Amino acid sequence: MPVNISTYQPFNLSLHLADNALILGHRNSEWTGHGPILEQDIAISNIALDLVGQARNFYQYAAKLMNESSVDGKENITEDTLAYHRDAWDFKNCLLVEQTNGDWAKTILRQFFFSLYQFYLYEQLQNSKDSTIAAISEKALKEVTYHVKWSSEWVIRLGDGTNESHERILKALDDLWKFTEELFIPADYELEAANKHVGIDPSLLKSKWFQKVIEIFEEATIPIDNLSGLHSIGFYGKEGKHSEHLGYILAEMQFVQRAYPNCEW
Amino acid sequence: MAEQQEKIFQDKVDHEIRIEPKDWMPDQYRKTLIRQMSQHAHSEIVGMLPEGNWITRAPSLRRKATLIAKVQDEAGHGLYLYSAAETLGISRAEMIDQLHSGKTKYSSIFNYPTLTWADIGAIGWLVDGAAIMNQVPLCRASYGPYARAMIRICKEESFHQRQGFEILLTLSKGSEEQKRMCQDAIDRWWWPAVMMFGPNDESSPHTKQSVAWKIKRFTNDELRQKFIDVCAEQVHILGMKIPDPDLKWNEQTKHYDFGAINWDEFWNVVNGNGPCNKERLAARIKAHEEGAWVREAAIAYAEKKKRKEKVIA
Repeated sequence: MPVNISTYQPFNLSLHLADNALILGHRNSEWTGHGPILEQDIAISNIALDLVGQARNFYQYAAKLMNESSVDGKENITEDTLAYHRDAWDFKNCLLVEQTNGDWAKTILRQFFFSLYQFYLYEQLQNSKDSTIAAISEKALKEVTYHVKWSSEWVIRLGDGTNESHERILKALDDLWKFTEELFIPADYELEAANKHVGIDPSLLKSKWFQKVIEIFEEATIPIDNLSGLHSIGFYGKEGKHSEHLGYILAEMQFVQRAYPNCEW
Repeated sequence: MAEQQEKIFQDKVDHEIRIEPKDWMPDQYRKTLIRQMSQHAHSEIVGMLPEGNWITRAPSLRRKATLIAKVQDEAGHGLYLYSAAETLGISRAEMIDQLHSGKTKYSSIFNYPTLTWADIGAIGWLVDGAAIMNQVPLCRASYGPYARAMIRICKEESFHQRQGFEILLTLSKGSEEQKRMCQDAIDRWWWPAVMMFGPNDESSPHTKQSVAWKIKRFTNDELRQKFIDVCAEQVHILGMKIPDPDLKWNEQTKHYDFGAINWDEFWNVVNGNGPCNKERLAARIKAHEEGAWVREAAIAYAEKKKRKEKVIA
C-alpha cells in the first residue's frame, strides 16, 4: 500500500536535511577560486563538497520514497528532480544557510553555527528508527566533526586575531544571530518524525548548542553579555518561508535544467 | 671550480640523476625552473576561475560535486607547485606578487571565457588533454621536487580529462541543443588548446637549453603533433568535428596534417589582450587583497598563542 508521501515523516525530514546541506554547500562553493589563502580555499571547497554529498544522500532517499509511493509505480523522481525542479516555497532549508557569504568572518560564523547544530543533530539521528537516515547521519557526523573543529578554530582566530578581524566577527554576529533560533524551533514534520522516533525534536539540542557557542566565544574574546537568548525574524525557511536570497540561489543553480528540460547531463 | 661544478651537474643530468634543492646548479637553470614552475602554479590557480564560473550552475548534483572536486584539485596542484618552486629560493608571496604585477605569466588558455556548460567538458577534454601531453614528460624532469610534484598532478589530470570527455559524450548523445552546445565548445576551444604548446620550435627561445637540461623532453611542435593526432581520432567518438578544414591523415608522415595557427591571436592573448585577461587577473588580485586581513589575523593569533605557550612553559 503506497504511503501518503506529503505526510510521511522520513520523506519530509530527508528533504529538510538535504535542502539545508545543499544550500550551504552551494554558498560555500561560491568561494572556490576566491578564498583568502590557497589552503583555506581548499578547505571551504572541501566542506562544500561534503555538504553536497550529504544532500545527495538525503535526496536520493527522498526520491526513492517518492517513487515507491506512486500509485502506478511509474514515477521517476531523482535527486536532481528534487534539487532542480522545486521552487523556493517547497525548499525546507533554514534561513541561516541561504544568507550571503559576506566576508570571511560571516562565512566562518555561519559555518560554525550550522556545523555545530548539525553535529548535535546527526549525533541523535544516527539512532533514528529509519535505518537509511541513521546510516547517512552516522557517515555525515564524521565530516561534520571536522567542520566544527575547523570553523571553531577560525572563530577563535578571527575573534582573538587583530582589531579588524575582531570587529568583523562582531559584525557577522550581528548579521547572523537572528537566524539561530530557527534551528531549534521544530517544524511540524520534525515533531511528527520525533514522535515516530525517526527524527528528534531540535529544541532539545538548544542548550548544548548555546553552551558550546559561549565556550568558543569566550576563547575568541567575543563579548557574550548581549547574547541573552537566541533570536529569530518571525518566519521560518523550514516551513518554506524564505528570505529573498533563496530565489536567486535557485535561479542560478537551476538555470541549465530549466532552460533545457528533459535532458541528461 | 665553476666549470667543474657545471660538468658534475651536466653529468648528473645526462645520467638521469635528479638534481635536488641543495645541489649546485647553474643560475640560469634555477631561473628557468622558477619561471616555468611559478607559471605552472599560477596557471593552476587562474585556471580555477573559468571552471569555477560553472560550479553554481552545474546541471546536476553529480556534476556539481565533481566540478567542485576538480577545481579543488587545481588548487592542490597550485600548492604542490608553489612548494616545489620554493625549494629554489623564492617565496610563495613573491611569486604571487609577480603574478599580480604581470611579471610572470600563466597559461593563456585561461583568458578565454566559459560560456556554456559544454565548455566544462571541452576544457577537460582539450585543455587538460593538452596539459597532460605537456606534463607527462615533466614527471621525468631533471629537478627532483618538480618531477615528484608532476607525478601526483598527472594522475589527477588524466582523471579530469576523462571526466571532461564524458561530459561531452553525454551532450553528444543528447538533444539537438546539447549537440549544438558540444560542437560550439569544441569550435571555440580547439585552436586555443593547440596553441597551449607554445610557439613553433623555431620561435621558441628556451627550448634548446631546456631540452639539454632535461627540463623539457620534447619540443613544442612534437607535443602539439601528438595532441592533434590523438584528438583527431577521439572526436569521432563524439560524432563532432574539429574546426580545421586542413586536418587530414598523412600516410607518409603517419601523422595528421593541420592548418595554419593564428599566431597573431596567440601573441595578442599572451600580451594581455585576450577576452578575459583583465577579469582573470582582477579576480585573483581581489581575492588576495580582500584576504589580507584574514591572513594578518591568522598570523597575529598564531603569535599570541606562541607567546601564551611560552608563558605557560
